[in-house]
Amino acid sequence: MIDWLQKLGHVSLALFERLGRGGLFLMRVFSAIPSLAPRPRLVIIQLYSVGVLSMMLIVISGLNVGMVLGLQGYNTLVEFGAEESLGQVVALSLVRELGPVVAALLFAGRAGSALTAEIGLMKATEQLSGMEMMAVDPMKRVIVPRFIAAVISMPLLAAMFSAMGVLGGYFVGVGLLGVDSGAFWSQMQSKVDFYEDIMNGLVKSVVFGFVAAWIAVLVGYAAVATTEGVSRATTRTVVHTAFAVLGLDFILTALMFGSV
Amino acid sequence: MMQKRTQEIAVGVFVAVGLAALVMLAIKVSNLSAFSDQDGFEVVARFENIGGLKERAPVTVAGVRIGRVKTVIYDDKSYEALVTLSIASKHNQLPEDTSASILTAGLLGEQYIALEPGGAEMMLKSGGEIKLTQSAFILEQMVGQFLFNKAAEGTGESKATEGAVP
Repeated sequence: MIDWLQKLGHVSLALFERLGRGGLFLMRVFSAIPSLAPRPRLVIIQLYSVGVLSMMLIVISGLNVGMVLGLQGYNTLVEFGAEESLGQVVALSLVRELGPVVAALLFAGRAGSALTAEIGLMKATEQLSGMEMMAVDPMKRVIVPRFIAAVISMPLLAAMFSAMGVLGGYFVGVGLLGVDSGAFWSQMQSKVDFYEDIMNGLVKSVVFGFVAAWIAVLVGYAAVATTEGVSRATTRTVVHTAFAVLGLDFILTALMFGSV
Repeated sequence: MMQKRTQEIAVGVFVAVGLAALVMLAIKVSNLSAFSDQDGFEVVARFENIGGLKERAPVTVAGVRIGRVKTVIYDDKSYEALVTLSIASKHNQLPEDTSASILTAGLLGEQYIALEPGGAEMMLKSGGEIKLTQSAFILEQMVGQFLFNKAAEGTGESKATEGAVP
């Protein structure tokens, strides 16, 4: 019994220690942000590798998800003779949920893991220590540009995902299945609200981007400096981001749309 | 030098496409272009029963949407529902004796407020009140009344209830 309690205490202390480290790390990142202003070039390079290179994946996935939504939604709605509402179904599910969440999961797999592996390898090959030797702060030079680039990219990628999804639903619904084009858009516009739906979806994607970026750079920076440590850290980034995004999504949805 | 340039162009394209997607969502997908809540003028209306009327339900004149329901509050003093309507300011030419009724889109659809302009000279001002209101149509009450009348007819008292409309 005492052993069990000790184990519980150990686990919770370890959890709080990690949360505390993460918080302290985040504060260091924030305090280093102003030093980036004279060198925007560092962020642009990272925006390229984090954002531009993820764009193709996001666009194609968004299109596919939208097409599947169009097909599935049509098959269900047509039973009630309500296939005109297809646009509304596709747009609402994408803008409110699927856009931010799926984009964040893809982002964690595509960009988050790469960030972690890069930072972890820099640590394993002692590049970070080398920078410190040359009086270059790796925090300002390596961590913060990547963090900022990820935070900027995520909302843009989520918006692309949703927009492509709507187009995919349009192709399938109007192009293949013969839903009326005017009804598709007008039903969508009458039920999707800019502030309620699109802005809340945007807030979600900003939060997810922040969390994904934080986890990716933190796990990379804290990785054990060996080959095995880096590979573990990469896996941990994807798993932790997925858990964090899905958990946060429920909380955010309850706050935004839950009419209590 | 060339490589730096292509990289920067790619980032520029990325940001532009992301913002374009956001603008498309705002204009093409949502109702931002149709009507925004910001520039409305507000009038209030009191209803005995609002049925299932929700905030942000449409407000229409002649079937055309000109505004939204902004808030629905219960008034402790008059035991009525106090509904605030936000109407686009370009449609502020509503006579003072305009009447408001709560209708249902289709048999089971969402409820909305239909305004019917009267013939008065004076126009409704911002913050004014619509005096003539008609409560929501409650299906259960109607069905109950109808059944009651049927039962009354069955027992031979149809004379007494003849005046009542089911």
